[in-house]
Amino acid sequence: MAKVILPTALRAFVDGQKEVEVAGGTVGEVLESLASGYPDLKQHLYDGDGKLRAYVNVFIGEDNIRDFGGLAAPAKEDSVVTLVPAIAGGGGAV
Amino acid sequence: MGWRVLVPDAVVAAVKAEAEAAYPYECCGFLLGPDGGASPRAATEMIAVKNEREGDPARRRFAIGPADFLAAEREAEAQGLDVVGIYHSHPDHPAAPSGTDLEQAFPWYTYIIVAVDKGAAGEVTAWRLAGNRGAFEPEEIEVTP
Repeated sequence: MAKVILPTALRAFVDGQKEVEVAGGTVGEVLESLASGYPDLKQHLYDGDGKLRAYVNVFIGEDNIRDFGGLAAPAKEDSVVTLVPAIAGGGGAV
Repeated sequence: MGWRVLVPDAVVAAVKAEAEAAYPYECCGFLLGPDGGASPRAATEMIAVKNEREGDPARRRFAIGPADFLAAEREAEAQGLDVVGIYHSHPDHPAAPSGTDLEQAFPWYTYIIVAVDKGAAGEVTAWRLAGNRGAFEPEEIEVTP
């Protein structure tokens, strides 16, 4: 089972856990398993179209999955998947 | 439920100083505190980080890179604290969350916004994302000694 490490902001949606072990052959499957197990988390990971939200960065080990096939990146039994918020915002119109 | 966050005067002053130093650009950083799930929550430390936006866009936007986020979480953990929030400034703009802030917001965090009017830090407000992601709810700031 892959281990998913969550930022403090999302731990409230997984019963306060910092790490959750979930099954899946790819990073996408791991995150889908996680969201299925913790439905309240789902809206913060995926948008209304079911796509991973742009401000959720996913790292496997030290690597951003963007550089390794995105959600299709393979997840192994001992993979550590870390969710990292892309913090952004700002004032008025650009 | 009314949210409330306790912030030491020194942290408020440091955030305001950062906001003034960054003017006319937005500043940003993290708020750390013990037991982030407590009510009221305390934000006892701040970590200033680089605004990844540069040039003109940085007048109206901020972004924090994943490496800075992970470093802040590690620093918090080393101190026995949690990353409990994020602060940023609104140069020449009210201290109210924008549509951009809402789109990009994460639940649970306290979002502190500092208005900077012509280089002088003014109103400081705090907000949390509502459970349905539809709006920010105001969070009362209690400045502590």
